[in-house]
Amino acid sequence: MIRAAFAAMLVLLAVLLPRPLGAQDTMPPAPYAYNQLDDPRLEAEAAALMHTLRCLKCQSQSIADSDAPMAGDMRHQVRSRILAGESPDQIRSWLIARYGDYVSYEPEVSSTTWPLFAVPVLVILLVAGVLLRRLGKRRSDAGEAA
Amino acid sequence: MKNRLLLWVPLALFAFFAGLAGYMLTQEKDQFVESTMIGQPLPDFALEPAFEGLPGAAKADFVGGGPRLLNVWASWCLPCIAEAPQLEALKAQGVEIIGIAIRDRPEDVANFLAAHGNPYSRIGSDRISEVQLAIGSSGVPETFVIDAKGVIRYQHIGDIRADDVAVLLAELEKAK
Amino acid sequence: MIAEIGLAALWLAAALAVLQMVSGAMALRVPEGEAAPLAIYTRPAAIVQAFLAVLAFFLLLYSFAVTDLSIKLVATNSHSMKPLIYKLTGTWGNHEGSMLLWVGVLAASGGLLAAFEKRLPERTMGATLAVQGFVALGFYAFLLLSSNPFERLPVPAVEGTGLNPLLQDIGLAIHPPTLYAGYVGLSVAFSLAMGALLTREVNPSFARAMRPWVLGAWVLLTLGITAGSFWAYYELGWGGWWFWDPVENASLMPWLAATALMHSVSVLAARDALRTWTIMLGVLAFSMSMLGTFLVRSGVLTSVHAFAVDPERGSFILALLGLYIGGAFTIFALRAGAVAEGKRFAATSREGALVFNNVMLSAILAIVLLGTLYPLLTEAFDVRVSVGPPYFNPASAIFAIPMLLVMAVGPLLRWRADKPARIQFEMLLIAAVLIGAIALVSFFGSYPFLPLLGLGLAPALAVAAVLPLRGRNLRRVPAATWGMVLAHFGVAVSLFGMACEGAFTQERLAAVAPGGTEQVGDFSVTLESVAPVAGPNWTAIEARLAVRQGDGEPVILSPQARNFWSPPQATSESALLTKWNGQLYAVIGNQAEDGRWQIRVWWKPFVTFIWYGGILIALGGVLAIAGRVRVDVKRRKAVKLGDARRADLEALGAAPVPAE
Repeated sequence: MIRAAFAAMLVLLAVLLPRPLGAQDTMPPAPYAYNQLDDPRLEAEAAALMHTLRCLKCQSQSIADSDAPMAGDMRHQVRSRILAGESPDQIRSWLIARYGDYVSYEPEVSSTTWPLFAVPVLVILLVAGVLLRRLGKRRSDAGEAA
Repeated sequence: MKNRLLLWVPLALFAFFAGLAGYMLTQEKDQFVESTMIGQPLPDFALEPAFEGLPGAAKADFVGGGPRLLNVWASWCLPCIAEAPQLEALKAQGVEIIGIAIRDRPEDVANFLAAHGNPYSRIGSDRISEVQLAIGSSGVPETFVIDAKGVIRYQHIGDIRADDVAVLLAELEKAK
Repeated sequence: MIAEIGLAALWLAAALAVLQMVSGAMALRVPEGEAAPLAIYTRPAAIVQAFLAVLAFFLLLYSFAVTDLSIKLVATNSHSMKPLIYKLTGTWGNHEGSMLLWVGVLAASGGLLAAFEKRLPERTMGATLAVQGFVALGFYAFLLLSSNPFERLPVPAVEGTGLNPLLQDIGLAIHPPTLYAGYVGLSVAFSLAMGALLTREVNPSFARAMRPWVLGAWVLLTLGITAGSFWAYYELGWGGWWFWDPVENASLMPWLAATALMHSVSVLAARDALRTWTIMLGVLAFSMSMLGTFLVRSGVLTSVHAFAVDPERGSFILALLGLYIGGAFTIFALRAGAVAEGKRFAATSREGALVFNNVMLSAILAIVLLGTLYPLLTEAFDVRVSVGPPYFNPASAIFAIPMLLVMAVGPLLRWRADKPARIQFEMLLIAAVLIGAIALVSFFGSYPFLPLLGLGLAPALAVAAVLPLRGRNLRRVPAATWGMVLAHFGVAVSLFGMACEGAFTQERLAAVAPGGTEQVGDFSVTLESVAPVAGPNWTAIEARLAVRQGDGEPVILSPQARNFWSPPQATSESALLTKWNGQLYAVIGNQAEDGRWQIRVWWKPFVTFIWYGGILIALGGVLAIAGRVRVDVKRRKAVKLGDARRADLEALGAAPVPAE
C-alpha cells in the first residue's frame, strides 16, 4: 500500500508534512518550481492560482506552500503555462480535467459542492430569523410579560 | 410547540454526524487520487530516452498494434522494486510495457534495471513530471492500460501485487 | 515499578470517578434542602481522583525523562540521545501520552471545581460533579482499555525509535498542552451546564460560577491557537500562518463556541437573560472539543494525520461522543423547554448586541464545521472535494464583518434598552475612521477586498475598543472592563496583522549563487555562504544570509535545511528577522543543478501583530478572571461579615438585619 507518496507522518498539526528520506528523488527542481516569473503581473496571477490548487501528495496544502517535488512540478506547469499566455482559468480547468474537482480549492457550484453554498445561505436566513425573533419583536412587546 | 421541536435540532444534527462518522470509520481509507482521464486519448508527448539502453517514449508509440501498459515509475521509488516481478510476469504474458521514469537520472535508471530486471520496451524520461501531470497520475508507481487508439482505458494506482496481474490482463483484454 | 504505580493510580482514579458519579447522583434523589447521606463522598472523590490522575501523568513524565525503554510508549516515541526538554515534551507528543494529559487536566479541573466552588446549591453541585465524573469515567475507560500509556514491552528495547523531528520544537512542545487544557477546561462548563439543567437552576449565580471556568478555558484556547499559528508560520517554511486545515479548524471551533459562551454567560450573570442559549453553548463548546479530538485521532478526514490513525480508537471516541454529546442534547431537548425564559431586553441594548454577536459567532462556527466535515460527507459517496481557504475566508467573512461592526458599538450601549442617538458621536467617529482608513489605503494602491476591509476595520475597532473608557475615572474602572477593552483591542491588533500580511506581503523566490544578492521590498539579501552544520540528532545545510535594509548595517540570518536520522526526515528551519513593523522570513531550499541555491524570502509587514493581538486577547481574559475573582472574594468576605453581625445582633436579642 505504501506508494512513493508521502508516508503520512504523525504530526500534531499535520499541515505540512516533512519529507521522509529514502523514497525521494535527488533531482533538482523544475526551473519554475522555485523561481518566480520576471513579470510581476504574471507572477501575481500565477501565485494567486497556485494558492488555490491542492498539492495532491500532501495532506492539506496548496501547491504554493509545499516542498513536495510534485507540488514543485505543478508550480512549474502553472508558471510556464501562464508565461505561455494561458489564463488561470484555463490552467485550472486543465488540471480539473485530469484530477477532478479535488485538485482545486476554488469553490465552484457543482452537483457535488452545492451544499457548501446552500448551507451558508440557509445559515444567513436562520440568523436573520433568530435575530428578528429575539430582537425585532421585542420593541413591540417589551413591556409584556413573558 | 414549534419551539419544542427546535430543541431537538442539535440532537438530530449530531445524530446525522455520528451516523456518517460511524459509517466512514468502517470504510477502507482510500488516499488515492484517481485520474479523470480514463476514456480520454493520451495527450501528445515525446520524451527523451531515460537511459542509453532503450528508446524514449512518445504518444505515437501507443498507437497501432494491441493495447499496452504505461507504467509510471522511478528508480528512487521503493514500491517500484516491489512491483518489478509482477511487471516481468506481465511481460512474460506478451504484454508490451512502456515506462515513464519520473524525475530520474540515466545512471540510476540503468542501475535499477540491472538490479531488478527490465520489463520495458521503451522508457521516456519525465524530468519535471510533465507527462505524469498530463495524464492525471499523482504518484509512482501507477500503471495505465492504453488501447491501440492511444486511449487511456484503466488506471492502477500503487504497486502491482501478484493478484493485480490477472486484473490488468483482463483490462488489457477488454481494451482490445 | 513506576509504570505499575501509574497504571494502578489510573485504575483507582477510574473507580473514584464511579464513586463521584454515583454519590453525586444521590444528591438528586433527595428533596431539596435535605442532606443526602451518600452525597458527602462526591467532593472528596473528585479531589482524590484529581490527585491520582495528575500523579499518573507525572509518573509517565518521569519515565520519559529517564527514557525507560521497557515501556512501549517510551520506546516508540523517545530516544536516549534526545535533549531532555524534548524527552519531556515527548510525553504528550503521541496519542497515549496526550490522552493521559487530557485525562489529567480533566480530573484536575473536576478536583478544583469540587474544592473551591461553594456558591452553588448542593443539589446542582452534586449533579455537576456526577456529570464530571461520568465524563472522566469514559476517558479513563478509553485510556485503560484501548490506549494504555504504561504498557510494558516483553523485552526492553535497546534504543527508542525517536520522535518526529517536527515535534522537536519548543513551539510544538508548548501549544498542544495549552490547547488540551483549554479543551478540557470546557468540560467544567459542560458539567455545570448539565448540572444546572438537571436541577433547573439556570440563574445568575450559576452563571457566575461558570464564568471563571469559561474564561480560563477560553484564555488557554486563545493562547494555544496563537502559539499553534505562530508555530505553523515559522516551522512550515512558506510563511503561512493559518491554513484552514482540519486540525486547525478542530481547535478553532471550540474557541468560537467558547467565545460565544463567554459573552452569553456574562449576560446571564449580569442580566438573567439568555438562559437556554447559555446552556446550549455550554454543551456545544465541550462537544466541539470532543469532536476535534475525534477528528484528529480517528483519521476519518483524509487530510488529518495527527496521531496514529486507528479505527478502533476512532470507534471508541465516537461512542464516547455519542454518549456525552448525544446524551447532553437529549437532556437539553427534554429539559430546556422547562427553563423559564430569562429577562427581556430591547434590540438596541448591550444584550441585543451580545445576542447579535453570539448568533454571528455561531454562524461562523457552522460554516467552519460544514467546511471541515463536508469532504467527509462526499467521501461517503466516493466523491472527493477540497474545501480550503478560498472557501473559508469569504464564507466566514460574511458573518465576521457584521460581527466586528457590532462589536465596535456593543460595549457602548447600555443594558436592557438604549437609544442609538445617545452614542451618535461614537458611531460617527468609528465610521469616520473606518472609511478614512479604507480611502487612505485605496489611494496608495489596489488591494484584495478582504485585506482592504481589514485595514479599515482594524483602526476603527482599535478606536472603538477604548471608547468605553471615555469620560470614566480610569482608576475606578473595574478590572473586568479593562479586560474587555484589552481583548477587543487585541482583536483589532490581530486583524491589522492579518490584513497587512494579506495586502502588503512581498515574496522573492530565486536561485542564488553564493555572493549573489536578491531584493525583497526594502531589503537586499546576500547569500554569503552555505555550509553543513550538525546538531544532536540532525545534520543540516545552513545558509548565511546578510540582510541589509536600505543602506543599514547587515544582519546575518541563518536558515537551515535539516535532516534528522531517527526517524529519517527533512525539515526546513526558517530564519526570521523581526522588526517593529514586520518580519523578514528566509528559507534555504535545494541546490539547483548549476550549483545555485534556492532561497525564499518574504517581507511580511506587521505580521507579528497577528500573534501580539492573540496575546492581548488572552491577557484581556486573564484581567477579566482576576477582576471577577476579586469581586467574588470581596463578596464572600462581606457575606461572612454580614452573617457574623447578624449572629451578634441575634445574640443581643435585636431584630435581625434584613438580608440584602
